[in-house]
Amino acid sequence: MKHLVSAADLSRADAIHLLNNAQELGAVSLREVKRLPALRGKTIVNLFVENSTRTRISFEIAATRLSADVINFSAATSSLSKGESLKDTAQTLQALGADAIVIRHPASGAAHNLAHRGWVNASIVNAGDGSHEHPTQALLDALTIRQRLSTGEDLSGVKVLIVGDIKHSRVARSNIHLLQTLGAEVEVAGPETLMPIGIEELGVTTSLNFEDSLAKKPHVVMMLRVQRERMLQNQLGSEREYSKNWSLADQRLRSLSKDCVILHPGPMNRGLEISSEAADDPRSAILEQVANGVSVRMAVLYQVLAGGEV
Amino acid sequence: MSQRVVLDASDIERCLKRIAHEILEANEGHSDLIILGIPTRGIHLANRIAKIIGLIEPDYQLAAGSLDITMYRDDLVSKERKITPTQIPTSGLDGKVVVLVDDVLFSGRTVRAALDAITDIGRPRQVKLAVLADRGHRELPIRPDFVGKNLPTSTKERVSVLLAETDGEDKVVIGE
Repeated sequence: MKHLVSAADLSRADAIHLLNNAQELGAVSLREVKRLPALRGKTIVNLFVENSTRTRISFEIAATRLSADVINFSAATSSLSKGESLKDTAQTLQALGADAIVIRHPASGAAHNLAHRGWVNASIVNAGDGSHEHPTQALLDALTIRQRLSTGEDLSGVKVLIVGDIKHSRVARSNIHLLQTLGAEVEVAGPETLMPIGIEELGVTTSLNFEDSLAKKPHVVMMLRVQRERMLQNQLGSEREYSKNWSLADQRLRSLSKDCVILHPGPMNRGLEISSEAADDPRSAILEQVANGVSVRMAVLYQVLAGGEV
Repeated sequence: MSQRVVLDASDIERCLKRIAHEILEANEGHSDLIILGIPTRGIHLANRIAKIIGLIEPDYQLAAGSLDITMYRDDLVSKERKITPTQIPTSGLDGKVVVLVDDVLFSGRTVRAALDAITDIGRPRQVKLAVLADRGHRELPIRPDFVGKNLPTSTKERVSVLLAETDGEDKVVIGE
């Protein structure tokens, strides 16, 4: 595996291999010496054209735990703000000796272009491109579900409900691909204005009513963040209306089974898509998601830089 | 492909028994002894040696574990590797006598990686090395303390250790 651009590119065997390695690498965080020498001498550039502190820090910690050198590059302070093209930026990074480029970009397909246009030889890891994909988020969600439900290697038979702005969510899209590859049944629920037409073609069922979906007793409820920055106000309606219909709170929280897993990719808008009560509930695995994020990113960086050909 | 069996099941058993006795003799008993296997087959050999030690000295508390060295190798880009769990007895490694166990000793690079992995986990009083087969051709200044059998080979030959736990039978074969 040279690049990780899309969760849709991962076969069942690839995904399980990455999750197994991530599971083992997670143990390093519990050791006194939290560092492995596997990527010593490699240079990893975090090219974050769109800001994301938590994803960048997660990748940075993952790379550091594997002894790679990390260079952070954010759009605001770079030549990109002076109008340099992505191609020129990437080729410059390559000339400076980058072995891997972790890219977060507001345009869908940016990671794919870097990986497949022949601009650079470095390994490309997609850390979120527009409303397309965010594959490491899907991997960390799958790992968290696997740990919480003790499902074994894959997720066969697990019913996952993804709730919120399906249309603009790269987290939803990556999860739809990966969770289904691993054998889970996925339902997406959200307001009609935020439900993409034809999403059923990806193999999921859809719902326009939260209560109806909860009545099917999902094993996992994944709440998506309301992305104000990606949305036109008229798609959302008022926040009060959204929260009334789509917030995981009160009666909805009480209706969940006692071993249901609550996920949220963060950062949370407490009181909007998820109540504080739900976020702090013992069924919430939100902090495990953050911890697993480091393990999964270690496994991915190791795979693209040291794993050889697949 | 021509193959010849150099050790059969009873030879392997005898080698492991002798190694167990030698470990106890060198250590003057079983105090502070931890037997650590290197995946995959080293783990099974480590478990067997620990079990034999338990038979010889019944008050020995079985202390066998496994040490994953994938992330410490110096030949990363050769092929994909699965990371396996590192399991260290709860007493830790500090001040202990660690006996590393592997199936075949060849270049010595695996053992070099294992020594680095141990350093990150703790500070044993002593680290010793036990191998079922030593085939020579070292690339690093590493030598075993306990050897099942010395197998003079050419670099073109392949030495394969088969064990009941992973391969259904016990034998060591040399093939071209």
